[in-house]
Amino acid sequence: MRGGSATGGLFAAAVLLAVWQGVVWATGAAPFILPSPLRVAQALWTSRALIAEHGVVTLAEVLAGLLLGAILGAGTAIQLALSPIARRLLLPALVFMQAVPVFALAPILTLWLGYGIGSKILMTVLIIYFPVTSAFYDGLRRTDPALLDLSAVMGGTRWSELWRLRVPAALPDLASGLRLAAVYAPIGAVIGEWVGASKGLGYLMLLANGRAKTDLMFAALFVLALGAVALYVLLGIAARRLERWSRTGR
Amino acid sequence: MPPGLRLTGRLDLAPADGPALPPLSLTAPAGRWTCLLGPSGVGKSTILRLLAGLPTGVGFEGEAGGDDRRPLAGRVAWMAQSDLLLPWLSVTENVMLGARLRRQRPDRARAREMIEAVGLGPHAAKTPSELSGGMRQRAALARLLMEDRPVALLDEPFGALDVRTRAEMQALAFRVLAGRTVLLVTHDAHEAARLGHRILLLTEAGLAEVEPPEGEPIRDPAGPAVLAAQARLTRRLLEPDA
Repeated sequence: MRGGSATGGLFAAAVLLAVWQGVVWATGAAPFILPSPLRVAQALWTSRALIAEHGVVTLAEVLAGLLLGAILGAGTAIQLALSPIARRLLLPALVFMQAVPVFALAPILTLWLGYGIGSKILMTVLIIYFPVTSAFYDGLRRTDPALLDLSAVMGGTRWSELWRLRVPAALPDLASGLRLAAVYAPIGAVIGEWVGASKGLGYLMLLANGRAKTDLMFAALFVLALGAVALYVLLGIAARRLERWSRTGR
Repeated sequence: MPPGLRLTGRLDLAPADGPALPPLSLTAPAGRWTCLLGPSGVGKSTILRLLAGLPTGVGFEGEAGGDDRRPLAGRVAWMAQSDLLLPWLSVTENVMLGARLRRQRPDRARAREMIEAVGLGPHAAKTPSELSGGMRQRAALARLLMEDRPVALLDEPFGALDVRTRAEMQALAFRVLAGRTVLLVTHDAHEAARLGHRILLLTEAGLAEVEPPEGEPIRDPAGPAVLAAQARLTRRLLEPDA
């Protein structure tokens, strides 16, 4: 993130905190309805070990889901780009899959894969699979046709054309798909945890909510949001690097 | 000895654009420069693509290939108006692209020779974004030379360059492609007059052979023979039916 937008972000956060505190003062809301920012900060500090323990689980789910989803999505995009049969069979299935609200699958995934992290990882994979596939496939499809002509005249094979020309040219598109995936991935993991889990920030939030420990709930939410933003920023940096590389080679 | 080129048949360009072209019969002699001159959209590039064995998206009934009646696949190299250099590769790696695409071991020493031959020696490690337009076309020319094919199909490769750079590139290409069969597609009458052993004019009225200026190419770009021929050719481009 550049200096300007970082400053802007801090400013926006400060305004939000001020409004929040203002609402607490003005309405006199009970702490279990709306805790003040200060109480949340205290909960964050006193429960730091607990939050960290659950945060690590959610982080593992998100990272594993991202990795698997990226591999599956990129693989599918390559299949689609290479094979007309795959396009005819897979594209309608993909669009259909995208139309199904993946959240609705969470209970059945938990039923099948149990309360462990497997069902959460699968949930994350399902959520990011489509954006990764479609972004990368779009990039692969947009290869300059003149480059493909050049490859044909040079006697390039379909595979070498793919690896030497089309994939490198489409890497920035893959990266922007992954940047989008970074936004969705934590949602997938948390939904999975809500449906049934014994660990993770989503589980902790649900637990805290049920026991009217709203300050802990907010503290867990804060950590979750922080992690999601960090992931987004990191993948954004990677995307910009790739973008520059594909234009200038550095 | 490189093969000459021949294309005979009927080219069915978009029928909505008026009358269809009369049947074509085009030959390009072996080892010489043939310039195919004509306005945009008349089918020059399509002819080049047919000879290169590339998909054209238009109907064609006839034959396109070498005058030895064998297909040209594997015997042609191709250069287009845009340099088609991969921005993420160095000049050297771009020059060796053909070998990589064919999954062969690239010959680095030869790549260096070709890069030297087009005068890019000091820039071999740079990426295309660090080169000027003229230098990029030089790199594309080195890539074409690296392919070492007997036939070179050039699709307006110098069209985007300024006058002086274009003249330099024409001279360089003419020198390094000596002995090969070259078919150059261009809409620039001056370029055709300067470079063609043979000049073919393709207009809506069909294909016609035009007497090249006197003297062997490459000709003096500012000399009276080239400029007179340029005037003649321009007149015919302006009034294709006259």
